Amino acid sequence: MEKPINNKAWFLVAPVFFLVAISAIIPLMTVVNYSVQDTFGNNQFFWAGTEWFSEVLHSERFWDALGRNLAFSFTILAIEIPLGIMIALTMPKKGIWVPVCLVLMALPLLIPWNVVGTIWQVFGRADIGLLGYTLAALGIDYNYASNAVDAWVTIIVMDVWHWTSLVVLLSYAGLVSIPEAYYQAARIDGASKWKVFRYIQLPKMNRVLLIAVLLRFMDSFMIYTEPFVLTGGGPGNSTTFLSIDLVKMAIGQFDLGPAAAMSIVYFLIILLLSWVFYTVMTNYGSDAPEKGVQD
Amino acid sequence: MARITLDKLAHSYLPNPKSENDFALKEIDHVWDDGGAYALLGPSGCGKTTLLNIISGLLVPSKGNILFGDQNVTRLQPEQRNIAQVFQFPVVYDTMTVAENLAFPLLNRNVAKDEVSRRVAEMIEILDLGDKANRRAEGLTADDKQKISLGRGLVRYDVNAILFDEPLTVIDPHMKWQLRTKLKELHRQFEHTMIYVTHDQTEALTFADKVVVMYDGEVVQIGTPEELFDEPAHTFVGYFIGSPGMNVLPAEINGRTAQIKGHSIPLSKGYSDTSGVMELGIRPEFVAISTDTDGLPVQVDAVEDIGRYKIVRGKVDGQAIDAVLPEGATVPAHPTVKFQTDKINIYKDSHLVRGEV
Repeated sequence: MEKPINNKAWFLVAPVFFLVAISAIIPLMTVVNYSVQDTFGNNQFFWAGTEWFSEVLHSERFWDALGRNLAFSFTILAIEIPLGIMIALTMPKKGIWVPVCLVLMALPLLIPWNVVGTIWQVFGRADIGLLGYTLAALGIDYNYASNAVDAWVTIIVMDVWHWTSLVVLLSYAGLVSIPEAYYQAARIDGASKWKVFRYIQLPKMNRVLLIAVLLRFMDSFMIYTEPFVLTGGGPGNSTTFLSIDLVKMAIGQFDLGPAAAMSIVYFLIILLLSWVFYTVMTNYGSDAPEKGVQD
Repeated sequence: MARITLDKLAHSYLPNPKSENDFALKEIDHVWDDGGAYALLGPSGCGKTTLLNIISGLLVPSKGNILFGDQNVTRLQPEQRNIAQVFQFPVVYDTMTVAENLAFPLLNRNVAKDEVSRRVAEMIEILDLGDKANRRAEGLTADDKQKISLGRGLVRYDVNAILFDEPLTVIDPHMKWQLRTKLKELHRQFEHTMIYVTHDQTEALTFADKVVVMYDGEVVQIGTPEELFDEPAHTFVGYFIGSPGMNVLPAEINGRTAQIKGHSIPLSKGYSDTSGVMELGIRPEFVAISTDTDGLPVQVDAVEDIGRYKIVRGKVDGQAIDAVLPEGATVPAHPTVKFQTDKINIYKDSHLVRGEV
């Protein structure tokens, strides 16, 4: 079929271009601009070249924060993805409990980040928090404000509580789209429960899981609010992730140049890792050499 | 392989069925031969899928029993019945190769490794999938996928029956014919009992030795394609089988003659019990058009030329009637129709009545 060419279409996408320019391109370019210049205020700028980039890449502070980010993201992915799939598998597929489960699952997703942080901050306090008080009563020395491990555990549990439902809902959507005939065929073929999961459910969930992994990775890699509310990046630097460090540098110390350079490096890392996830997961699910020939 | 006995089987989806009409499948009592090819034919909602699900074990019937050979399997799960099923939409394990798909049911049953590879290789050969054996099943065409679904059943030599639930629905028309031929060939080779559900008469008639025609939850006739054509047991079978379907005209029957609107038509047999709605059935193939004055005057509405013959659509006293006209013949000016006497069937309340010679 021949596609009609109509230049009026440009007119129709112009508002979108305008919005994207204001919301994304212009701010990003401003950051690029800052990253290659130095300023002492008064709107005076001096060319700095790649100086800030090399400073960022040679700073121990940056690599430490990046390491924390990676450890955090992979930990929560390793917990949330299997847990989300497991919960989705046990959810009912029809009947009156379906909407009940879906609403219950959606509830944590509706709570803003800072509220989640505050809830857990209070929840974990030994003097007034239910969790902290209970743990203290059981003789467990739990204090997220002074113990780095406790702070980490709290943030991870918080994230799992907040975001596992997203994985559950996406996996569930993938599961209910599997036609009944697949399960019947598997029964007739004598497949065990594990094989049904491995060869029917998991492949059919592949696409939604890809979305779940990407969303959870990007979001967790940009984590800011929860550790900020809980301990402000402490104790020490133990929960100072890249985003927290970035804000400290840009707003606290007003080092615009290094902060801008760090933002760009941060952005490129997220882009690169997302691309890696995407490539790995799409290739896993398809016949790589035959790609593009079939379908 | 097994003989299948349907022992006074009936099913209702309602918890407490009261009248006959509450049953999706009305009582059926039959024995299907070991190694036979049966087609369950009927329009949507006639109960054929209900019957198939009872045979496969997805549904437990409200009444009666089902036996494979001498074993009562009424309450056994599908996996315990040792059957295979090909569904309407192809079911393949996407991430496995074609060969792995075929090996899957054997590996699940702990068949020895070398036996598995031997049978899989044989099955790939039989299904002409040689060039695709090591490809992922995901990207294959619908007909190849359907072959794999079938292969997963055939690879188990000992299946009691292979069930087909409208397996050609999503297949391209030119591949349907090939796949049907393949199926027929496989049936001859393996002699499995095969049960094929369809609403397409061509599929049913070409595939099956015996066609089970269902209508409104009832099995109205079980017969060979010839029997269904020559002696439809129910007027529905007459309509449903054949293209165009059988003509059914209200008639008064007196012994060896039928009266249609004052015209007498001789019959080859005598009929004594005429206390009901009596109808005369005649296939369009046996309706002759001429100008003989002793025939029934017919008003011709349309003539459809479909190549090898023509279909004449007309009316006899307001009753629709079709006739088949050979190629080259034309419809005369004042046409009348005559019926071939030995091909006339008489129906009482829609059911065939066998006359006395």
